[in-house]
Amino acid sequence: MSLRRLAPPEIQPPSFAFNAENAEWAKMTIAKYPPGRQASAVISLLWRGQEQEGWVTHPMVESVAKMLGMPFIRVLEVATFYTMFNLEPVGTYLVQVCTTTPCWLRGSDAVVDACKKHIHAHQHTVSADGKFSWMEVECLGACVNAPMLQIGKDFYEDIDGPITERLIADLRAGREIKPGPQNSRTSSEPEGGALTLTDPSLYDGSVIGQYHKQVPEASVTDAEAKAPTQAASDREAPVQKPPGAAT
Amino acid sequence: MLSDKDRIFTNLYGFQDPGLEGAKKRGQWDNTKAILALGPEAIVDIMKKSGLRGRGGAGFPTGLKWSFMPKEVKERPHYLVVNADESEPGTCKDRDIMRNDPHTLVEGCLVASFAMRAHACYIYVRGEFIREREALQRAVDEAYAANLIGKNNIHGWDFDLYVHHGAGAYICGEETALLESLEGKKGQPRLKPPFPANVGLYGCPTTVNNVESIAVAPTIIRRGADWFAGIGRPNNTGTKVFCISGHVNKPCNVEEEMGISLRELIDKHCGGVRGGWDNLLAVIPGGASVPLLPKSICDDVLMDFDSLKAVQSGLGTAAVIVMDKSTDVIKAIQRLAYFYKHESCGQCTPCREGTGWMWRVMTRMVKGDAKVAEIDLLQEVSKEIEGHTICALGDAAAWPIQGLIRHFRPEIEKRIADFSRMAAE
Repeated sequence: MSLRRLAPPEIQPPSFAFNAENAEWAKMTIAKYPPGRQASAVISLLWRGQEQEGWVTHPMVESVAKMLGMPFIRVLEVATFYTMFNLEPVGTYLVQVCTTTPCWLRGSDAVVDACKKHIHAHQHTVSADGKFSWMEVECLGACVNAPMLQIGKDFYEDIDGPITERLIADLRAGREIKPGPQNSRTSSEPEGGALTLTDPSLYDGSVIGQYHKQVPEASVTDAEAKAPTQAASDREAPVQKPPGAAT
Repeated sequence: MLSDKDRIFTNLYGFQDPGLEGAKKRGQWDNTKAILALGPEAIVDIMKKSGLRGRGGAGFPTGLKWSFMPKEVKERPHYLVVNADESEPGTCKDRDIMRNDPHTLVEGCLVASFAMRAHACYIYVRGEFIREREALQRAVDEAYAANLIGKNNIHGWDFDLYVHHGAGAYICGEETALLESLEGKKGQPRLKPPFPANVGLYGCPTTVNNVESIAVAPTIIRRGADWFAGIGRPNNTGTKVFCISGHVNKPCNVEEEMGISLRELIDKHCGGVRGGWDNLLAVIPGGASVPLLPKSICDDVLMDFDSLKAVQSGLGTAAVIVMDKSTDVIKAIQRLAYFYKHESCGQCTPCREGTGWMWRVMTRMVKGDAKVAEIDLLQEVSKEIEGHTICALGDAAAWPIQGLIRHFRPEIEKRIADFSRMAAE
């Protein structure tokens, strides 16, 4: 674990409020959880706040605590525990480079070097033009497409040093970059084309209805078959609320 | 090699439509009503007979886990929680299920929830998987719109499914830490007992299952326990998505038979080890937490729970990390030691202090700046961490280092000798 604190007061903004769209979204999100359990929405709300502001600020923590009826310290705990919350300002493009063993084995050092060269010699530091910052992160879960990095919501996979330099240069120049594998792959299939899942009969609809060994057709129309489900549902469902709880 | 017809995730690579129409064409949501008509007891029974062992790493029999839920719903509602906090280094199978074949999971959630008499299910997706979360949410929305789930759905079992997310904490893959996180707290594991089946989410009976365990359930029930149990070996049945990364020619995900030999897996699906099989140094067969295996064992080991346990490693999440002879194996394990230091939640002293200590010692050993006696000390300390913490993260941090010492002790000693010689010169 590492020591994480909110940014010093000098750089904290005076206030925080969700914009109208996000405030509406927050209401819906809180309604996903049973009454009295609104604290469950804390990660989602802080994340939305970070998407709006770029980082998690002191007033944001206060505001979220108020919205969810939680003590300030409980929200602060969450903000400092989870490492995806940026506790200080980051560049417009936050480049997160995975350097855990599977990526390291395939050359993440070169990706880090490219970031050092084209963004800043030190991670967690915003570049001179204010557009970039970079950081090393732990396994992002795209190991068969290693090495890889994340910018914003997207993964950029199967990269190396020169490709990283190109990605940064393109973003700096305002050009669009393509998420996903940067070589000929579509996703996690072996390079050069999938060796499995090539049987066309999997995809022509012929599998529908083919496997009803355990579930004979007759039971569908059997009136008795309905009994355990519907009756059980009526008996056992009193406390459940649908999403949004509109009805 | 497993035939395509016996593969469950037929859109693993995303070449087909991940949406509801495409999913139905591939045989998902096919007569789900008849599955529910079997009743909860029969479904749990089929799952037990299929021999499915949990795909999240520990390999606990899924049917048995489901049977731990109370048979009657009293004043506390039941919950199903799906663990999609896929963070084990080397593992990226659930990601493909969520982005490319999400309806297997949505349908599985309905079936599993019904079997455990739950009317609500939360899927906890790791925070970094933003596009995957969006893809999954699209599938959930489609299922609601088609009235496959929700109130008064066509299956006759009121069921709500919610997608929840984390924010970058490996520890939340531990089931009780995940529940804490889902309740809006720091992800620090709970003491067990009480087990989640009695006191889980919001203090209610809860079952936490891995994405893959839930997503395979509808197909198993549709095709029959015998079909699934007939693949693989006794006590290690069925198919499994393997993730092969590192020094192979073509890293990939592939669904294969349990008990396939490691060599066949690498040679058939990944174009072999970089530089040929003889260039192999070691393999971590089941994600970062399990001890590595030197080439001599890799030559004929089978990829399933029992075979890998017999060679003092484990199948884990079936994330195969391959290292060829160019690898600095001490550095590879040191990087994992850093990972565990970074991800320790700080609750138990042996893990909080021990992971940092082991990382510091490992960092010196990468250079060789250590004494030979420290290898035994490192082994001893790792044994003091293992088994002395609330959750298995302490064990997971200790095992890779123990594996390194077990199989590569001469390498470490050589590094130390080289360093002392250089220092003396």
